[in-house]
Amino acid sequence: MHDILAFFSFSDPTVRIVSLGTVFLAMSASVVGTFAFLRKRALVGDAIAHAILPGIAIAFMLSGTKNPLVLMLGALVSGWLATWAMEYITEKTKLSSDTAVALVLSVFFGIGIMLLTHIQHSGSGNQSGLDQYLFGKAAGMTSQDLWTYSAVAVLLLLVVLGLYKELKVYTFNPDFAAASGLPVKSIRRVLNLVTVLAIAIGIQSVGVVLMAALLITPAAAARAWTSSLKVMLFLAALVGGISGLSGSLISYLSPAMPTGPWIVMTLSIITLLSLFFAPKRGALSRLLKQRRHSQKIVNENLLKVFYKLSIEKEGEQLELSQSELQAERAINKADFSAAIKRLKRKNWLLAEGEKLKLSSIGVVEAKRVVRLHRLWEMYLSQRLNLKEDHIHPNAESMEHIISPELEALLVKELDFPTQDPHNSPIPYTN
Amino acid sequence: MENETALEVHNLTASYQRKPVLWEIDFKVPSGRLIGILGPNGSGKTTLLRNIMNLMEADSGYVKIFGKDLDEVRSRLSYVPQRESVDWNFPASVREVVEMGRYRPSNLLRRLKSSDKQKVNAALEKVGMLAYADRQISELSGGQQQRVFIARSLAQEADIYLMDEPFVGVDAATEEAILALLSSLRDEGKTVLIVHHDLQSAYQYFDWMILLNTRLVAAGPKEEVFNSARLKEAYGGKLNLLSKLGEIVAREQFPLREPDFKEKEGEGDA
Repeated sequence: MHDILAFFSFSDPTVRIVSLGTVFLAMSASVVGTFAFLRKRALVGDAIAHAILPGIAIAFMLSGTKNPLVLMLGALVSGWLATWAMEYITEKTKLSSDTAVALVLSVFFGIGIMLLTHIQHSGSGNQSGLDQYLFGKAAGMTSQDLWTYSAVAVLLLLVVLGLYKELKVYTFNPDFAAASGLPVKSIRRVLNLVTVLAIAIGIQSVGVVLMAALLITPAAAARAWTSSLKVMLFLAALVGGISGLSGSLISYLSPAMPTGPWIVMTLSIITLLSLFFAPKRGALSRLLKQRRHSQKIVNENLLKVFYKLSIEKEGEQLELSQSELQAERAINKADFSAAIKRLKRKNWLLAEGEKLKLSSIGVVEAKRVVRLHRLWEMYLSQRLNLKEDHIHPNAESMEHIISPELEALLVKELDFPTQDPHNSPIPYTN
Repeated sequence: MENETALEVHNLTASYQRKPVLWEIDFKVPSGRLIGILGPNGSGKTTLLRNIMNLMEADSGYVKIFGKDLDEVRSRLSYVPQRESVDWNFPASVREVVEMGRYRPSNLLRRLKSSDKQKVNAALEKVGMLAYADRQISELSGGQQQRVFIARSLAQEADIYLMDEPFVGVDAATEEAILALLSSLRDEGKTVLIVHHDLQSAYQYFDWMILLNTRLVAAGPKEEVFNSARLKEAYGGKLNLLSKLGEIVAREQFPLREPDFKEKEGEGDA
């Protein structure tokens, strides 16, 4: 606890540099990565990250320094070359785009590893630490690194904000953007450039191998919560930033823990939780929705049975026992009692001693279901020319789905029918 | 009365993945007409639109709009791509998509003005989507998606509209509404070109027709074009020799013209 407080006081300059640095890197990668995600170019980001390695190695070999600006220039050149190579291969050869991505990734990465091994064995005193680009080593960040990376991060954010409108239309519908006379070639170049830049600085914290996670997963998490691009960019930055911060916190608390992999771990956890719990788009809300639907079906079927047994058959609101109801409809006991409970809670069924009775609002609801069933049977027989013995099963499921608007259309189109094809009356409420 | 020529396609040859799909297409279209571009699957209808909009490079030939190059009159043209060509799961609202119709080189890097927003609202109102302006595009039906695309195009306030299959996958009410809208554009003197594949409705919908089957079968007023001989020619299969030659071009990767071949402009072929 004391350690956590010490971390968040940011009084230690190393903590300050490392955590601020990782947060900036992660945020800029997340924002830029959102466009790669929406353009369905997730793997392209991965390939560029891997392809940056030879550029860094060559820049080091030529200059002999580990100055971040020099190395970034190298990263930029080889990242750019890789982007161009992927586009060229896809356009000019018969190879598919995923082959182009795999080809560029493995060839560039192979060359990078080769050069890195060469540097490692060449014995110049300065070489140690270059391999940190493989898995990232945020803890080794200097204040010079921090300034360089934050400047680049700010630049990237400014580009995305300034070009927001153009990036949006280019990502959604590039042909339309081109047809409107927008400079799509330049837009694409700028987007490629900021992507390469974001990757080039991002690998400092997570390394080339895990970079794709930093680029793509924040966007995937953000998409689960929103359907607005603006909010999505903001949420992706937030998710990236939180992950960057917790990665540095964890490696501060336990120095044996690497920052990069923990950033990715945090990202993955946030993303998994988002994909599961997010309202509307999350898996949980879909499961709940399905459950609500199946409960609705059981509810409505029971009401229908009740209505047919009492009002329709006997002309009055009979009291029925649970066993009488259950005999009429094949349904397992647990589902049945749960449904009875729900119907009581909605005040559609009233308990009369051991027996049950439809309430007046229950009758309205039951009539609605029976009406929809019979209206739909009418529709099937009149418009689809189905035989009378074929229409019941379909109506059994559609009666739960037809909305009030569709019901109004049905009634109008069938011109207020009073009987269904089996000559049963169609119950209207008024 | 003689209408101004809105669009001229001159000896256009174009390939898709190196296979020629349009051979020497040559026609002129007067302004103020509702024009159907008809032909069987794979007859080059979409390729023709993409060439007019300069979204792909032609092997030879050129396109003139009101006698000028596309880049000089870009804002007088509006393009509606096929509905399926975009991902409708993209995070945007109906209004945001229609606003894209107001994006142009002159407001690059800048926000839309309130006059732009007014035009967006007017376009939404015309297609009956104003009530859905804040709805997410992922929640729309096929017909509503098409209305959104048309609203985006209307917001461009062009003189020529090029629409790729606007009637595919839409409900009857939407089809009727779109057609009424296009007819009213025509009555305002705009030129509307529609890629369409339903022959049943074509005669009723359009004033003019362009019949394609990798070559131009006919172009002109519907009374002249829409007859059984012409339709049989367009729909009766590809010309065997032409498609065989096209296959050789694709397989052997022949260039269709010498590298510095330039078509002379004007009436050189008369």
